[in-house]
Amino acid sequence: MSVRSWFRPTEWWPPLLLLLVVLTGWQATTWWFDWPVFLVPSPTDVAAAVAEDGDRLLAATARTGVAAIAGFAASLIGGVLIAVIFSQSRLVRASCYPYAIFLQTVPIIAIAPLIITWFGTGFPSVVLVTLIISLFPIIASTTSGLLNIDEDLLELFRLYRADRWQLLWKLRLPHAVPYLVTGARTSSGMAVIGAIVGEFFVGHTTTHYGLGYLVLSTSQHLKTAHLFAAVIASALLGIALFGAVTWIGSTLLARWGTSGEE
Amino acid sequence: MAFDTRHPVLEGVDLEIAGGDFVALVGPSGCGKSTALRLMAGLLEPTAGTVGGSEDSRVALVFQEPNLLPWRTVAENIRLPLELLGVEARETQQRVGESLELIGFGQADAVKRPRELSGGMRMRVSLARALVTRPDVLLLDEPFAALDDLLREQLNEELLEIHSARGTTAVFVTHNVSEAVFLADRVVVMPATTGGEFVHIPVDFSRPRNAALRATADFARLAGDVSRCLRDGGREMVR
Repeated sequence: MSVRSWFRPTEWWPPLLLLLVVLTGWQATTWWFDWPVFLVPSPTDVAAAVAEDGDRLLAATARTGVAAIAGFAASLIGGVLIAVIFSQSRLVRASCYPYAIFLQTVPIIAIAPLIITWFGTGFPSVVLVTLIISLFPIIASTTSGLLNIDEDLLELFRLYRADRWQLLWKLRLPHAVPYLVTGARTSSGMAVIGAIVGEFFVGHTTTHYGLGYLVLSTSQHLKTAHLFAAVIASALLGIALFGAVTWIGSTLLARWGTSGEE
Repeated sequence: MAFDTRHPVLEGVDLEIAGGDFVALVGPSGCGKSTALRLMAGLLEPTAGTVGGSEDSRVALVFQEPNLLPWRTVAENIRLPLELLGVEARETQQRVGESLELIGFGQADAVKRPRELSGGMRMRVSLARALVTRPDVLLLDEPFAALDDLLREQLNEELLEIHSARGTTAVFVTHNVSEAVFLADRVVVMPATTGGEFVHIPVDFSRPRNAALRATADFARLAGDVSRCLRDGGREMVR
């Protein structure tokens, strides 16, 4: 499915129809087997939980959204800066890249105690976890965009005696923009996951009730319908951020002279 | 492009080109045509010997692919060499206008992006980008090889018009014999192997040349000579 057609209403009704079918089936099954609400709540139970808990849900979604966006923005800035440094020296790239991969593979649960020790629990730590989780795709995609440049274009710039800065500003950075957009889309999805996971492990304070906290507390209290509502809110938040980044990206690429499909 | 520095690609090359001359370099693929061009452009350093032009001669290179920057408009692409060379704004504007005119582009075309252009149009922009620096030597590395025959012939004619208007020295690498004969004052057939002999074949057709030239018997005979020489690997002298 292409980026642009994704926003067309004609592409919306098939998944909406499927949702309706699934919800109806779900409702019918819970009614037929008469499962307890704390085990499998029906769609109407979840809807009731949303109605009852709406304000808290909305506030939590907003808090998590702010943390995700802050972490994502930090990833964008940090990732591009790191990629630019990587692009300037083979030695730096060779020595640092393995440690960038470390970001990708480290289990957050393993470093959560360290983060709490150093930065305490709360918003800054949640943003830090989001940054750690969403940074790598930006570094990886931007670095390859800065480096995967056609030899002919490099020769063209060399022919006119371009210096390192001209090469960076006029060739490498603009060339990396479509790559950055691709990396940012991946990263935006991971940022929401990062914020929720962050709240789960390092965000539980009296001042920061994000969706991660809501998921944790509702499951501990067996408020399964409320848990479902929190999970749905998390998914919607992820889709919203991913959709926004995709839209901004494809708008940018259309002006960039390349379509988003490349 | 990667070059193995242990084995010489070119050896025993002695090529002199007078100012204003149009020289076509033909040869089998892998004979070092592109290497010769990149040596002349100063993009490669010779392992032995010298490559020289007159003092401060400005060199421009046109590649086989147009190699336009997709995020820049036509006019911005043409402007690029002047930006890199630090030419002042007013001068830049005037020269870009000149170059646009040279390839027959209007104001509406100047603000288009490369992806909105046809293959031939992109090649014209690439040519204009080379000419905007007012080069003393224009090097062309099989610029029309990827285009269909009709368009190639049309662009050959346009290139000759530009050449006669500017008087620029041109070195044109191609493996198309009729293209070489149509364009050049001299066709240089490169040997298939290193150390072989370079055969220089003068082309005496008067200028300006037009499409009708291709239909003449003299043209066919000379093209036949060049083809034979190319087949023999540059061993046999033609004249």
